[in-house]
Amino acid sequence: MDDAVSVRDLVVERGRRRVLQGISCAVPRGTVTGLLGPSGSGKTTLMRAVVGVQTVSSGTVTVLGRPAGAAELRRRVGYLTQAPSVYADLTVRENARYFAALHGRDHAHADQTVADVGLAGAATQLVGNLSGGQRSRASLACALVGDPELVILDEPTVGQDPVLRADLWARFHAMAAAGTTLLVSSHVMDEAGRCDRLLLIRDGRLVADDTPDAVRAATGVEDLEEAFLRLIKASEQEAEA
Amino acid sequence: MNPHILAATTGRILRQLRHDRRTVALLVVVPALLLTLVYFMYVDQPTPPGQPTVFDRVALIMLGFFPFIIMFLVTSIAMLRERTTGTLERLLTTPLAKLDLLFGYGIAFGLAGVVQATVASAVAYWVFDLTTAGSIGLVIMIAAINAVLAVALGLFCSAFARTEFQAVQFMPVVVAPQLLLCGLFVPRGEMAGWLQAISDVLPLSYAVEALQEVGAHADPTGTMWRDVAIVAGAAVAALVLAAATLRRRSG
Repeated sequence: MDDAVSVRDLVVERGRRRVLQGISCAVPRGTVTGLLGPSGSGKTTLMRAVVGVQTVSSGTVTVLGRPAGAAELRRRVGYLTQAPSVYADLTVRENARYFAALHGRDHAHADQTVADVGLAGAATQLVGNLSGGQRSRASLACALVGDPELVILDEPTVGQDPVLRADLWARFHAMAAAGTTLLVSSHVMDEAGRCDRLLLIRDGRLVADDTPDAVRAATGVEDLEEAFLRLIKASEQEAEA
Repeated sequence: MNPHILAATTGRILRQLRHDRRTVALLVVVPALLLTLVYFMYVDQPTPPGQPTVFDRVALIMLGFFPFIIMFLVTSIAMLRERTTGTLERLLTTPLAKLDLLFGYGIAFGLAGVVQATVASAVAYWVFDLTTAGSIGLVIMIAAINAVLAVALGLFCSAFARTEFQAVQFMPVVVAPQLLLCGLFVPRGEMAGWLQAISDVLPLSYAVEALQEVGAHADPTGTMWRDVAIVAGAAVAALVLAAATLRRRSG
């Protein structure tokens, strides 16, 4: 069993709408897996189901060998929500130290994590006074501060400048090399090439589950955005046939 | 519950309060200003012989009101923010237990209530010469329990508000009936039966009775301890109800 996450026939309904229509996929341990798809495709819902905060209609989600949301997983899984969920009326350092304390980590570890996301210079600023990109990195620090085995990151690089974005991706790969599993969502296709594996979803269905190279090979195009377009067209034709 | 997580949570809430200097100033100063108003309102009112002055009667009860009203408001807004900014959902994905969070709020804002009640009581006793048969320490203790009760009610009520506009509307709903029926305006014994029945199930009535006991008796009475226990019990019940409104999983 080398999958950190395994999702089987997952259906999520919100009101009358089926947000996820029977998704099955897996996230191998020690990889950076990209979850890609347009806005509204169900990325956040799938991530919430993996974290265990989403009410599911049917199907199973197994995380690190346990059912998603199991109490024991709360110390092993880190979650970055799409909107930065940190305390605007605390400093970056105070936020990180609080979330560190929830995971039994000390101040020094919290301060190191703040430096790791490139916020050492802003550590004593109130989060409410930061730019959107900095705020999102403060939130990222709070998700990473407990050294989780599985990290679920919902659009962590939105609003970051290109240099920082490259830094963050380098950090994600360093974490994966050290054994951490990362599931990272993005709606920007140019980030797809940075992932070890890709999950492409659209309208609550899985369109692709493969490595970037395999996606390129299967579609015969180098550009992943173009490759995804072809996959989507192919899946639509399949659905019509 | 985990003592380290509870302590970290209490510290975090107090740190948030500390960054908001204006709120801290309002918490501390406003009760003293209102007591000043009350003092000058009643300063020329005649006192029937053998009775406490009107100021003594009213100010004593107000010392219990301040933390109740203000901590209810502060807590319902603070908890609503936790819900709307996503920090609550995030906290519930960490090893934090629901009671760590609820007791963290209870302790943090309870302490804020103690500070507020201490300053207000000091002003009442030493500036305006408030006279009670019992000690100022008992008054502050009852005020602190009122603060905790208000925190618990605020945590619970925040679950029923989607916006801050709605949250502040719960103050008249939850606080006003308790103020009206607690016995300050009309003694509880002189109310119509059905009003008394309502008053009997409102926790603030017991807090006021406890304060009146402190006003009339040099030593803590059995009635006072019973009333304190009722208020504390109501606070625990509200915390349990509040815990039931925290869901780790949602749609």
